[in-house]
Amino acid sequence: MRKSLLALAAGLLLAGSVSAASAADKLKVGFIYLGPIGDLGWTYQHDVGRQALVKELGDKIETTYLENVPEGPDAERSIEQLVRAGNKLIFTTSFGYMDPTLKVAKKYPNVHFEHATGYKRNPNMSTYSAKWYQGRYIQGLIAAKMSKSGVLGYIGSFPIPEVVSGINATMLAAQTINPNIKVKIIWANTWFDPGKEADAAKALIDQGADVIMQHTDSPAAMQIASERGKLAFGQDSEMIKFGPKTQLTSILDTWGPYYIERVKAELAGTWKSEDTWGGLDSHMFAMAPYTNMPDDVKKMAEDAQAAITAGKLHPFKCPIVGQDGKPVECKGGDRLDDGQILGMNFYVKGIDDKLPGK
Amino acid sequence: MQLVLEKRAERSGTIALVSPLIAIGLTIVTMVILFAILGKNPLLALHAYFIAPLTDSYSLQEIAVKATPLVMIAIGLSLCYLANAWNIGAEGQFLIGAVAGSWIAVKTQGTDAGAWVLPAMLVLAAAAGALYALIPAICKVRFGASEILTSLMLVYVADLFLDYLVRGPWRDPHGFNFPTTAEFDPVATVPLLIEGGRLHLGSIIALLVVAAVAILLGRTIKGFEIRVVGAAPRAARFGGFNANQLIILTFAVSGALAGLAGIIEVAGPIGHLQPGISPGYGFTAIIVAFLGRLNPLGILIAGLFLALTFIGGEQAQIAMKIPLDVTKVFQGILLFYVLACDSLILYRFKLVFPNRQVTGGAG
Repeated sequence: MRKSLLALAAGLLLAGSVSAASAADKLKVGFIYLGPIGDLGWTYQHDVGRQALVKELGDKIETTYLENVPEGPDAERSIEQLVRAGNKLIFTTSFGYMDPTLKVAKKYPNVHFEHATGYKRNPNMSTYSAKWYQGRYIQGLIAAKMSKSGVLGYIGSFPIPEVVSGINATMLAAQTINPNIKVKIIWANTWFDPGKEADAAKALIDQGADVIMQHTDSPAAMQIASERGKLAFGQDSEMIKFGPKTQLTSILDTWGPYYIERVKAELAGTWKSEDTWGGLDSHMFAMAPYTNMPDDVKKMAEDAQAAITAGKLHPFKCPIVGQDGKPVECKGGDRLDDGQILGMNFYVKGIDDKLPGK
Repeated sequence: MQLVLEKRAERSGTIALVSPLIAIGLTIVTMVILFAILGKNPLLALHAYFIAPLTDSYSLQEIAVKATPLVMIAIGLSLCYLANAWNIGAEGQFLIGAVAGSWIAVKTQGTDAGAWVLPAMLVLAAAAGALYALIPAICKVRFGASEILTSLMLVYVADLFLDYLVRGPWRDPHGFNFPTTAEFDPVATVPLLIEGGRLHLGSIIALLVVAAVAILLGRTIKGFEIRVVGAAPRAARFGGFNANQLIILTFAVSGALAGLAGIIEVAGPIGHLQPGISPGYGFTAIIVAFLGRLNPLGILIAGLFLALTFIGGEQAQIAMKIPLDVTKVFQGILLFYVLACDSLILYRFKLVFPNRQVTGGAG
C-alpha cells in the first residue's frame, strides 16, 4: 500500500514538472466567458475567435478559458486565477466584467487586459466592441419589408445602451420603409436562458409579431419562429440550421482577426491600451447571407450594407426625434456622436413602449 | 436472496460521523473513473481540485471569501430548519439586506461622512433582512400560508426591486446608463485583512456568527426550545413552548444573517450595487446547511468544503482544461453520495432470503 502511494506521489511530481516546462516558453493568453462555449451565440463566437487565434499562432501561444463565469463577485477571482496561472494577456468577454477586470488590472500592472463592450480603461487595460447597431439598421430595413402584420418582435436582454441603440437603429430603418411599423419589446433580463428566450418569442408571436429579432444569445427564438412559420434574425452566430426557412440574416461576431492582431502586438511587445469600436468596415462583425427573402429585398440589404461600410449611410443620421416628440440634440454634426450612441438612454419616436428605469 | 434497507431501531451515531467521509471517498472514486474516461490524469485532477487550492495564501483567502456568505446564510437557515420552519427565501433576504445597506452608501457618496457609515450599513442590512423574512413568517403564523412558497416568491420581488434601483434612481450618473451604482466610498467598504488579497472583515464576522449560534443552540433555553419544537412538536406543546413565536424568531434571525451577508458581499468583494450580486448564495446555502447537518461547526466545514470545490474546480479548468460541467457533475455526485450515505444513519442493509420468507408466511 505504502509503495503504491509513493508511486502515485512520484507520478504527480513528474507530471507537474513536465507541464511546467512545456508551458514556460509560450505566451499564455486567457479568456473569461460569460456563457458556456456551447451557447451557440455570444460565448460560442468568442471561442471561435480563440480557436482562430490558436490556429494562427498556436506554436507561439497557449490559450486557456474559463466559461460560465457569473458577472458578480466571482469574476474578479476568475480573472485573477488566470493571472496567477501565468496568463499575460487576458480577454474578458462581457460587459459585467468591467470593474473586476479593472481591479485586477490595477493589481497586476505587468499583465495586459482586454475588456469587451465596456468603457473603463487603464494603461494595461484596453476595451473592444463592435458597432452592431449598423447591422441592426440593415435588419430593420429587411424586417419592415418582410413583415405582413407590420409588427416586429424584439427580445431584449438588458436595457443598456448597446441594446437600446440596437432597437432604435432597427426602428429608424424600418420607419423609412413603413412609417407605421410597430415593435413589441420583451426584456428577458438575461443574456442566455433558452427557456426564457423561447417564452419571449412565443409571447411576441402571440401579440402579432411576424418577424422576431433578439439581443439574447441562444437560438431558442429562432427555433420557435421556425415552428410557428414566422421569420427571424439570428444573433451573434450563424443560426440558419435552427431555421433554414426562417433566418433572414444574422449579425455574426467575428472576433478572430481582432484577437490575432492583439496577440501579435503582445508578442511583438507593441501592445498598448486602446479603445477599439469597430464597424462593418473594420470586420469586427459581419452579416450572414441574406436568405428567405425576395431578390429586391436582398438587393436593398446588400446596398445598405455597402453604403454603411463605405461610410455613406449612418444609422443615427439627424434629425432624430425622441419618443417624447422632441428632436434629439445632434452632437456629431449631421449625426449623433459616439458618446450619444454609447450612452443611449432613450427610444426614438414610433416606439410605443417605455424604456425600463426611465 | 436480496438486499433490502431495514429501518434501524435508533439512529446510528457511528454512521452519522463517518457517513460524510464515506461519501467523500465514494465521490473521489467516481471522479477518478470519470477523469480517466475523459482522458485526464485523475491524480493531477484531484490534486488541482483538493490540494492545490490549499497550498497558497491567495487560494486560501479566496476559499474564505467564497465561504463567508454561504456560511453566514446557512447558519441562519439551520435555525429555521431545526425549528421546522422552511425558509427557502434567503436569497431574497440577502438581496434586500444588500439594498438596504447600499442605501446609506449611495446617500453618503461623495460627502465627508465619517466612520459610522459601514457599521450603520451593516445594522440596517441586518434589520431589513429580518423584516423581509418576517413577511412569510407572519403570513405563516397568522394565515397558515406555506412559508416555503411565500419566502421563495419574495426572492423574485427582491431581485426586481434591486434591478429597478440600479437602473433607475441609484444608477451611476457617470456610468453610461449601465445598471450599477457608483463605486462605494472607502468609508462604506468592508476593510480587507491582508494586503494584496481579498480576505475581508466579513469572514471574521461569519466566524463570530458560527460561535454565537453554537452557544445559542448548545447552552441556552431558546436553543433547546428550537431543537425540541423541530424534533418533537407534540412534546414541545406539552412543554409549553410557543412554536409560532419560534417561527417568527428563527425567520427573523436567518433573515438578519442573510441580509448581513448581502451587504458584506456588496460592500466587500463587489464594491458597488449591481444586478447579479449573488450567484445563488441563498440557495446554495440550503445545501450547505444540510451538508453541515444543521450544526454550526458542521456548516462551517461544509461551507469551506463547498468553497474549496468551486476554487478547485476553477483551477482544474485552468490547469487541466477540465470543462466546467465536470465541476458541476462533481458537486452533484458529492451531494448525491452524502444524501445516500445519510440514509444509512436511519437504515441498514440486510440480506433477505426469499424462501425463508415464504415458509415464514405459511407458518
